[in-house]
Amino acid sequence: MLQLVLYNVTNGLIIGAFYVLMALGLSLILNLSNVINFAHGNFLALGGYIAFVLTPFLGYWGALIVSPLITALFGFAIERLMIRRVYSRDPVYSLLLTFGLAFIMQDACRYIWGPSGLQTSIPDILSAPLSADLFFITWYRIFMVALVIAAVSGLFAFLRFTRVGIRIRAGTLDLDTVSILGVNVGMLRSLNFAVGSLLAGLAGVLAAGQVGLNPNMGDDLLMPSFIAIIVGGVGSLTGTLCGGLLIGVAGALTTVFWPAASEAVIYVIMLVVLILRPRGLMGQEGMMS
Amino acid sequence: MSTATTTAVTTPVMPARPWLTTAIIFAALLTVPVWLPMLGGYTALAGRVLVLGLAAMSFNLLLGFTGVMSFGHAAYFGLGAYGAGLTLKYIAPSTPLAMVGGVLLGGILGSLFGRLIAQRRGVYFAMVTVAFGQIAFYVTYSWDSLTGGYDGLRGFSRAPLNLGFTTIDITNNSTYFYYFLLFVFAVATGLQALLLASPFGRTLVAIRENERRARFLGIPIERHIWMSFSISCCFTALAGALYALLNNFADPMGLHYSLSGEIVIMTVMGGMRAFWGPLIGAALFVVLQDYISSMTVNWMSFVGLIFVLVVLFFPRGLLGMLQKGTEK
Amino acid sequence: MTSPTLPAIRRRTLIKSSLAVAALSAPPIISARGEVPVRIGMVDPLTGTLSALAVSEVEGAKYTVERLNKRNGILGRQVELLVEDSANDVGTGVQKTRKLIERDKVDVILGDVNSGIAYAMMGVTSELKVFHMVPGGHTDPITGADCKWNTFRVCNTTAMDAAAVTGELVKRFGKKFFFVTPDYAYGHTLQANFIKNLKALGGEYQAELLPITNSEFSATLIKAKAYKPDVLLNNMGGLAQINCMKQFTQFGMQKEMHLGGGLYEIESVRAVPADAQTGTWVMEWWWDQPNVPEVVAFVADFRKATGKTPTARHWFALVAIESIRLAAEKAKSLEGPKLALAMEGMELPRDIALTAGKSFFRAGDHQLMTDLFVGDVHPPSKGNPDDVFTIGSAVPGEVAAGSVESTGCKMVHPA
Repeated sequence: MLQLVLYNVTNGLIIGAFYVLMALGLSLILNLSNVINFAHGNFLALGGYIAFVLTPFLGYWGALIVSPLITALFGFAIERLMIRRVYSRDPVYSLLLTFGLAFIMQDACRYIWGPSGLQTSIPDILSAPLSADLFFITWYRIFMVALVIAAVSGLFAFLRFTRVGIRIRAGTLDLDTVSILGVNVGMLRSLNFAVGSLLAGLAGVLAAGQVGLNPNMGDDLLMPSFIAIIVGGVGSLTGTLCGGLLIGVAGALTTVFWPAASEAVIYVIMLVVLILRPRGLMGQEGMMS
Repeated sequence: MSTATTTAVTTPVMPARPWLTTAIIFAALLTVPVWLPMLGGYTALAGRVLVLGLAAMSFNLLLGFTGVMSFGHAAYFGLGAYGAGLTLKYIAPSTPLAMVGGVLLGGILGSLFGRLIAQRRGVYFAMVTVAFGQIAFYVTYSWDSLTGGYDGLRGFSRAPLNLGFTTIDITNNSTYFYYFLLFVFAVATGLQALLLASPFGRTLVAIRENERRARFLGIPIERHIWMSFSISCCFTALAGALYALLNNFADPMGLHYSLSGEIVIMTVMGGMRAFWGPLIGAALFVVLQDYISSMTVNWMSFVGLIFVLVVLFFPRGLLGMLQKGTEK
Repeated sequence: MTSPTLPAIRRRTLIKSSLAVAALSAPPIISARGEVPVRIGMVDPLTGTLSALAVSEVEGAKYTVERLNKRNGILGRQVELLVEDSANDVGTGVQKTRKLIERDKVDVILGDVNSGIAYAMMGVTSELKVFHMVPGGHTDPITGADCKWNTFRVCNTTAMDAAAVTGELVKRFGKKFFFVTPDYAYGHTLQANFIKNLKALGGEYQAELLPITNSEFSATLIKAKAYKPDVLLNNMGGLAQINCMKQFTQFGMQKEMHLGGGLYEIESVRAVPADAQTGTWVMEWWWDQPNVPEVVAFVADFRKATGKTPTARHWFALVAIESIRLAAEKAKSLEGPKLALAMEGMELPRDIALTAGKSFFRAGDHQLMTDLFVGDVHPPSKGNPDDVFTIGSAVPGEVAAGSVESTGCKMVHPA
């Protein structure tokens, strides 16, 4: 039994890592631009599909690197063309805009790549299990977690040590002051959106190797990511990180005892957090008001 | 065509000649069975417009008249549908009772939840409402033995109306049923208009216009927002109950956040600062969607495009634009 | 606020635009040979998670209608197919059904892949007394406890699928089963049917219920491995089914136990990597029946017309429409009640049933009784991407379905 629990904690961390990748991108955009990107799951799908298209030309590893970059570029363009136009308006407009975008992107994926799922292949060395005892952990899962850790560390380093990153963090706290200090806030937001899309694109490539490609693939990840953010506390990236891992582990642990409730448990966690600690685990007081 | 940089309309909410607008709208609605088939429509479509129009108008009590952004209203709509269905199936085959059941289920759960989130604002409010909506969606989706789960709640149908002296057959006669919907719609929107004209309604508008000032005036903001949220949920649940009666079926997709998004776009499309705006928006949206989805499988792109175009180029909505035109 | 501007719209503009609306949305005017065509309305989830299946059904329907129009049509009249997207949403499905019947005046209704929508549509079609055929919605009550006088079904019930495959699995691999089942009505019924058949054969089992859209099976597969079953029964549907198979293979479990399950859709096999195309399943219809010349001819013609190899979904639509033609010719009418009576007990000729065994619509529950193909799924062989299944045995529908009483259907015809 203990073994089974330990297995599932490991597994939960792997699933949580996925939520984290997706939720961090959402969180970045939410914090700086006050926009909930409903199309984030579609950026994820786009990343997966682009990798699918590129793999014959660049190989798996090439596509793994290039596809998130293209997704980021796409995100940058979308932000420049559309989303920036609604920053000054009531938040209802940015919600509707990304919502409509999600419809269009999903339909475009269906139109281009077809409604049925597509197969994706991963290199043989990644698809084998670790060992006979650890048969349920394939190298691909280890690889995914390693990549997520690298991406998350990279993101935190970027926010801490680079000029743009520091400005993004400052902008999250007080955009007006940052603007007065002469920072090009428009460009800052575009770059920030691109970074969020990059993370989604990366998550998409990884998800494609795990569960295959289909036009709705991002939908199932969008809600857990919302919940990761709410549980972790809006405004705190560390909170989002912890929130994602927490709900991942909680879901997997529930699988041991009551498998049918493994999806429901994350909603229960959110309700409990909302009642007992409305600002979230690491949220700042007043951030959600 | 307005591409105003800000959407805050500071003019008073009450229309200049409310009775004329109302008269035109009801004249059109009353004569639907006459003119709709001539234009190639069908009565069920008009029923859908009324139901979704009522949902959007109820939602707009919150968005347009209190200035609070919920993105999970489909939950209360769907709960209303299940409330009605469960009443008909397990309690009594009575259409009025089904509506009460729907309003109670959606209203009470909405009110409880509203209590938790009344101090949040803006996108955070929206985000928490989406997540709560998904909880409701998830529960109905998973609670197989009660709700029928993924397959939806089946095995009930609307009952004939017994008025004491006569019985109206709304089960098999779609025209009678349309007028029944219209009657409920008229009563509900009448109540909404009274509410908005009352001191409570004016306070809500004051909160929308300037929350800080309202707070300094000693208005208990959170309590007002909570009440507005609860009332809005009750009316939305009523619309949901009507939806269940319309389809003789309730299914989890009626609670899904994609429907929440559609309710919001109907409201904005018609004009969220106008009392009848959401109804006009619902009519436009339902008819466009019905038409486009028969023409092409890629209707989602077109619907998405409607969202984008409305946001970028017609943020005031149809009635908002007309209103602005007359002010000049 | 709005009223003062309304008069500003000139009356002529108003008339013009309403005429335009009417022209756009009115049903197309028929002028061919003074004869009104037979209209078939089809509601299917062309968007949403079931779209791949729905697209195949619509392709099958289009092919069949074109074929009919080259011959004699239905009752000597041309056939017109009107397809509406239910978007995998009940409210939309019901509304589209009303639209097809009330506005477009279709003679019969087909649909939906989603059983929940199909059921809700039955409410509308039986109320309006229109004949309704469900080509591919599998939940049992449609031809069981909730059966209706006007509704017939082509695809199998879960009870039939389970009964057909259990015997084969026990015979070939053993009596110890582990079930992986989605937690909703369809999964519950399917599992209950498996268990019933398994118990009758003296088997034992363990089961795990999972959320419908589950994508992570490692915890469940660990439990399965510890139980050491002869067969792992994968009852999941759609994407979850595929992910379960993929992880099963990734974890190397195929060396220790066999994989099996009820329904398998070829639309799904295509989305699975070759090494996960495995297991013993039911195929509701299969194109490779070399001993049946009618099938060989049909497959060749279908390939010529569409460039594709027909799947069970294509076949569902074909059987649905061709059966309607036969029943209409028998009843000399397209009225719902007459059509329904004519179809009860009607036997399908082999060029329509496209299988060697006997095929007919059972009068007691309106379910099509036809051969079920139990066999093994494998990666494409002989370089043919469609050759992914080998038939082990064909189980007659009546054997799999059991008695009418066991379905719970009590057929009530309108007075």
